[in-house]
Amino acid sequence: MAQKRREMLIDPLVDNNPITLQVLGICSALAVTSSLQVAFVMSIAVTFVTAFSSMFISIIRNHIPGSIRIIVQMVIIASLVILVDQVLKAYAFEISKTLSVFVGLIITNCIVMGRAEAFAMKNPPLDSFIDGVGNGLGYGLILMLVGIIRELFGSGSLFGITILETVNNGGWYVPNGLLLLPPSAFFIIGLLIWAFRAWKPEQVEEREFKIQNVEAH
Amino acid sequence: MGLRNFFDRIEPHFLKGGKYEQYFPIYEMVESFLYTPKTVTTAAPHARSYVDMKRIMTYVVIATIPCILMALYNTGLQTNMAIAEFGANGWRAAIIETFGIGFNPSNPFANMMHGLLYFLPIYITTLVAGGIFEVIFATVRKHEVNEGFLVSSMLYALIVPATTPLWQVALGIIFGVVIGKEVFGGTGKNFLNPALTGRAFLYFAYPAQLSGDAVWVPVDGFTGATALAVSASDGVQELAARGMTWWDSFLGFVPGSMGETSTLACAIGLVFLLATKIANYRMVVGCLAGMIGFSLLLNWIGSDTNPMFAMPWYWHLVLGGYAFGLVFMVTEPVSGSHTNMGRYFYGALIGFMVVMIRVINPAFPEGMMLAILFGNVFAPLIDYFVVQANIKRRAKRHG
Repeated sequence: MAQKRREMLIDPLVDNNPITLQVLGICSALAVTSSLQVAFVMSIAVTFVTAFSSMFISIIRNHIPGSIRIIVQMVIIASLVILVDQVLKAYAFEISKTLSVFVGLIITNCIVMGRAEAFAMKNPPLDSFIDGVGNGLGYGLILMLVGIIRELFGSGSLFGITILETVNNGGWYVPNGLLLLPPSAFFIIGLLIWAFRAWKPEQVEEREFKIQNVEAH
Repeated sequence: MGLRNFFDRIEPHFLKGGKYEQYFPIYEMVESFLYTPKTVTTAAPHARSYVDMKRIMTYVVIATIPCILMALYNTGLQTNMAIAEFGANGWRAAIIETFGIGFNPSNPFANMMHGLLYFLPIYITTLVAGGIFEVIFATVRKHEVNEGFLVSSMLYALIVPATTPLWQVALGIIFGVVIGKEVFGGTGKNFLNPALTGRAFLYFAYPAQLSGDAVWVPVDGFTGATALAVSASDGVQELAARGMTWWDSFLGFVPGSMGETSTLACAIGLVFLLATKIANYRMVVGCLAGMIGFSLLLNWIGSDTNPMFAMPWYWHLVLGGYAFGLVFMVTEPVSGSHTNMGRYFYGALIGFMVVMIRVINPAFPEGMMLAILFGNVFAPLIDYFVVQANIKRRAKRHG
């Protein structure tokens, strides 16, 4: 049993990553990764919400009527998101301002909904909790990777600490402005998916269409 | 025929089972660059023609020659004119002085040489950086290194400003080759123009080096906006006040990205491409119609606050990258529409978008690059509708 729980925690990091394999939660990954600090807070927030919403939904899963289950799940997720939002506003106001609407939009994050629907409705609370933590961490891992690339090469710093002195501050590094724009996260996530699938070829999907190859003779 | 014998002798090493099997693409690249490709399509049905990919690509490179000459001459001319005012500095000036060529703007040879010192480093960087990635992909993916890269690299070198730092040039072409072409499977499968993808990357990543006042004429102290930037802020009349006439713009004696200033040189290239049927005239017609039509409409609407509304179509034609983009980018067969009807719409969409971005979007004075990339993205959709319309029409005819 312990082995299985360990897998639940580790599996979503690489082998079944919500972003690179299932391609969920892309919207917030584009929006909040221009600085590592914000990406970090966002990762924690999503992990918290995914873990606890999965757990609470799992606790009452046998009492939820199938026809209104989405509404019940939404109520639980929304309450947790509001909680996170209030905590951020109270203790990390600056970051909460940068994250702005994206904290609220955790409600619509497919990862949270997906885990609740696919896992928590069928599994006991502790397993669901671990599964939620695992998926939150998988999401966070990609967010941090993208954040590192974007902040390091886009503004020459990590967590706001200067690593590469930029030209404007008298250094040598010319910051790459594209990386500060949200579309750059598309390229980076795409390249990450490429790298992951080159590393683990079993993640590559079947081709939907194959160009017919006529043998030369 | 010593060279041919040499190739014949070393070829077995690169074939399957040979010592250097995995380096076959490199061998193939050098061999087919020097000789006619040996592989021809054998499976039916195919219309046979002597125009293979190598010939198409070579023709496009030939068509860029007037632009290259103009690029060399005009870059040198602009630089030498500015040097007369601000004085010379930097390693290029040192080389010029060593050879005693001088900085006289009325001496064509001095201008050409100075232009060459700007163009060559950029072109060589492009070839090396892009070429390395091209070969890596060819080796790993086991496809052939294609002559298409010769065209992309030439076009790319012609559309960057002369002052772009070389490491940015390298980054841009690498991005263009990898993201614009190779991730989709290489030459013939790219839906974006690789050269433009590279330039777009630079444009958004390093706006300070790619746009602005100081980049077009490479001398410290010189600030001169491009003709488009001037007309965006003060209207076309202001151009005349600064000594830029329509004819200057048409012939190409204005500051701008190296290859795109001269509409005349582009027009010569266009005639060549149309005569050899490499470029499809439908795209050109569509693009001209879209640009002329929409700018006439904007002239008619008019605006009190935005002087660009009043810019006549013949100015749109000669300013910025319109002519160069029209001749070498819009007509590119792979990333454009593939149906004849679709080609008109594809061209018109780009022509419309150029004027739209130039006139109505205040953030970008130049719109050709973005308009063509926009057109590239929509090309398959246009084809889809053309094919669907055709199916519907035939279905109706046959009940």
